[in-house]
Amino acid sequence: MVETKKSAAPKAPKGHVVINTERCKGCGFCAQFCPTGVLAMSKGFNLKGYHPPIIADAAKCSGCGLCGMYCPDFAIYGVKNGRKPESGDL
Amino acid sequence: MSESYEATVTDPVSAPMTCDSNPVEEWLRMDRMPHIWCPGCGIGTSVNCFTRAIEESSLDRKNIAIVSGIGCTGRVAGYLLLDSFHTTHGRALPFATGLKLASPKTKVVVYSGDGDLFAIGGNHFIHAARRNLDMTVLCVNNFNYGMTGGQVAPTTPEFAIASTTPYGSVERPFNLPYLAQSCGAVYVARWTVYHVKQLQRSIREALEKPGFTFIEMVAPCPTLFVRRNRLGDGLAALESYEENAVIKNGADTRECDLGMGGPIVCGKFVDIDRPSYLSNQVAHLRKVLGDRYVMPDAWQGVVQ
Repeated sequence: MVETKKSAAPKAPKGHVVINTERCKGCGFCAQFCPTGVLAMSKGFNLKGYHPPIIADAAKCSGCGLCGMYCPDFAIYGVKNGRKPESGDL
Repeated sequence: MSESYEATVTDPVSAPMTCDSNPVEEWLRMDRMPHIWCPGCGIGTSVNCFTRAIEESSLDRKNIAIVSGIGCTGRVAGYLLLDSFHTTHGRALPFATGLKLASPKTKVVVYSGDGDLFAIGGNHFIHAARRNLDMTVLCVNNFNYGMTGGQVAPTTPEFAIASTTPYGSVERPFNLPYLAQSCGAVYVARWTVYHVKQLQRSIREALEKPGFTFIEMVAPCPTLFVRRNRLGDGLAALESYEENAVIKNGADTRECDLGMGGPIVCGKFVDIDRPSYLSNQVAHLRKVLGDRYVMPDAWQGVVQ
């Protein structure tokens, strides 16, 4: 195996996160347990007065979907880039 | 960096989609959303694990029936888009027993809380486990009666504060895995809602295993139990699970007691094989009655 040299240009993120801010109740599970630290809790409010998460570092997202697994309010999910989420992604 | 929460999609070009396409939504009755669970409650996380476990398993979605009792966890049957029934308090297991006997091809899942299954329904639990009825029991243990205001439950740890025990409970709580094992459950596991991946795998194993399978899911009740005992919020509770959890597959269930601030022994404790109630009954009656035995129509081709 030949090690590939890391290119200087930043790689495209492997995945991304979709947040439904109005369904969020601001528990903070997603931001705390994201393995790569993509999310942070916002200082802003949603309509119900909770602080939803925001994306602090989109480039780190691996699309693992653990945020969606933890979210008790079904308000966030992660997907691998390049395709739409399907039921099999669960 | 702006603090706007409107930026929701990080890469809209590669995935043009709306906020409404969360893959878990196909398993939920979206007209019932948002649900009643408090911010930081662990029940929603356990539902995520459950839906993903069904997705992963070989079960036919149309063949699953979910039965709940009363309580915060009892709401699960009303939120899941499966055949479901919300029974009276504590009677989820009797209903599920009847359902299984009338329609053995249905995969019956009882999804309820600790107060419902072990206080009011405690009697039903021990007998369903003793008979080894072919069903899966998922118990969300939040250590108190959440919906009615945080009264002491049979699982409240010793010396924990509840609304009916303002100076601390002095009762010894049930050790649920030990109870389930001694009553005859063939699969017993315990996970906290922090262990989402392990819980998902465990639920799948329990769903696919014939016989009485039981999983205890330790979850925070941030509004009542966690707040009253000054343990922080739901997130702090999950962090404490991460810290205190001891994963010990095959552990002796007698040593799996839960105390305040003590270790939470997690893992798969029991995985044995034992003939189920239906197959035992058919085998025995065939032996005793011979040709005179007529199997009920609904059992044909399902019960061996």
